[in-house]
Amino acid sequence: MMYSEKLMDYFKNPKFAREIKNPSAVAEEGNIKCGDIFKIFLKIKNNKIKDISYLTYGCIAAIAASESFCRIVKGKTIEEAKKVSYEDIKNDLGDVPAIKLHCTHMVIKTFKKAIENYENKN
Amino acid sequence: MNLIYLDNGATTKVDDKVIKKMLPYFNEKFGNASSLHQKGQEARMALEESRRTVANAISAKPSEIIFTSGGSESNNLAIKGVAYEKGRGHIITSKIEHPCVLRTVEELEKKGFEATYIDVDSEGFIDLDQLKNSIRKDTILISVMHANNEIGTIQPIEQIAELCKKHDIIFHTDAVQSFTKIPISVKKLKIDLISFSGHKFHGPKGIGALYIRERIKLKKQMHGGSQERKLRAGTENISGIVGFAEATKIIKNSDIKNMTKLRDKLIDFILNNIDNARLNGSRERRLCNNVNISFDAVEGEAIGGYLDAKGICSSTGSACSSKSLEPSHVLKTIGLTHEEAHGSLRLTLSKYTKEKDIDFVIKVLPDIIKKLRKMSPIK
Repeated sequence: MMYSEKLMDYFKNPKFAREIKNPSAVAEEGNIKCGDIFKIFLKIKNNKIKDISYLTYGCIAAIAASESFCRIVKGKTIEEAKKVSYEDIKNDLGDVPAIKLHCTHMVIKTFKKAIENYENKN
Repeated sequence: MNLIYLDNGATTKVDDKVIKKMLPYFNEKFGNASSLHQKGQEARMALEESRRTVANAISAKPSEIIFTSGGSESNNLAIKGVAYEKGRGHIITSKIEHPCVLRTVEELEKKGFEATYIDVDSEGFIDLDQLKNSIRKDTILISVMHANNEIGTIQPIEQIAELCKKHDIIFHTDAVQSFTKIPISVKKLKIDLISFSGHKFHGPKGIGALYIRERIKLKKQMHGGSQERKLRAGTENISGIVGFAEATKIIKNSDIKNMTKLRDKLIDFILNNIDNARLNGSRERRLCNNVNISFDAVEGEAIGGYLDAKGICSSTGSACSSKSLEPSHVLKTIGLTHEEAHGSLRLTLSKYTKEKDIDFVIKVLPDIIKKLRKMSPIK
């Protein structure tokens, strides 16, 4: 198994791995049995992703996928962010080993749940 | 960046003395040991000299050693060799064997043999009572590893050998991790088959050996020429064999002492300075070079990734690093939860490991665990 240079760079230098205080929405997905848990924090203002962050328990790919997603969607409108797919993460990371692709799906799933939580709240 | 290699359970650096011994066998003494001319005889002499050296290391007779391609082949030949020679019967092994033993026994089950897989306790020691009670009239083989590759637990093979002797059952042990680190004598212990692998003790890859006690019959698994007592066809890998033999001679008692000291320093530091960390395996009956620790709330591959960024090579029993996404069967069998198995880190030392290497690990590891815990949603 090989990781791309960019994937390793995201893993080693995470910028979005933190908690956001008073977030507009939060969601958690995954379970310890599968080996990864994703938590996404959102700060939404005027329908835009003003800030986003994550806490991830998982492998190198799980952390890098979380980081990639946050970098992609920050500043986007909710509608735009909803359209981001696992393939966008995969392309941003310069490929992800097939066995680790579930990590990218999990990030999207967690984000969608956070948005759902936000929309239900508002 | 200075590289600190702490994955010697996976493979080791070939010793310079070993390489030097091997080199002439590529382009000078390149003969086929089966040829009758002088080039062949030169190779034959090196082969038999190497066989004597290896036999000597375990107090065996040279005729009781055959060379193979490595640990997996030796284990396959030992287990299938006994089973197919006997034709039918019952095999006992442990639940924490290397996959090349477990998959081989499972394969034999498909062919009509029966098998019992013995439990181990929380430190990885085989349940001797269960082992005793599992012995049947038709038990043909007991295969229990000498020391575990993941958690370093050293099995009571003396007692298992006694048990096998009493019941007249063939005893095989996989000594791939322990060889040269723990003395083993087939004169003192009634072990019938022992597997070895060159690259685990500073020899080359692609070469192994199997000790076969006199009068133990195996069905060959590789058909062809009559090499290696007609048990293993194929032109002998003379350079590898010469390297393997040389590697059995070079480890010193002081190397073992040093590894033990550094291992203990590392274990003590981690357990005393990092919260929610647990040692996997036994503290006392443990391979001199093995450290295996589980950290709560972090995942092993990620720990390894940050260690690698600092120039430290390690390994993990986490599901994330396995191709099956299943955590290590060894860690699960000793009773670790999925989370504990995911958070495992294995550091395996060698005679080349320096105190300053361990000091560097001690310096960087706490911050790595802290950073990953900060990034983790599990608090």
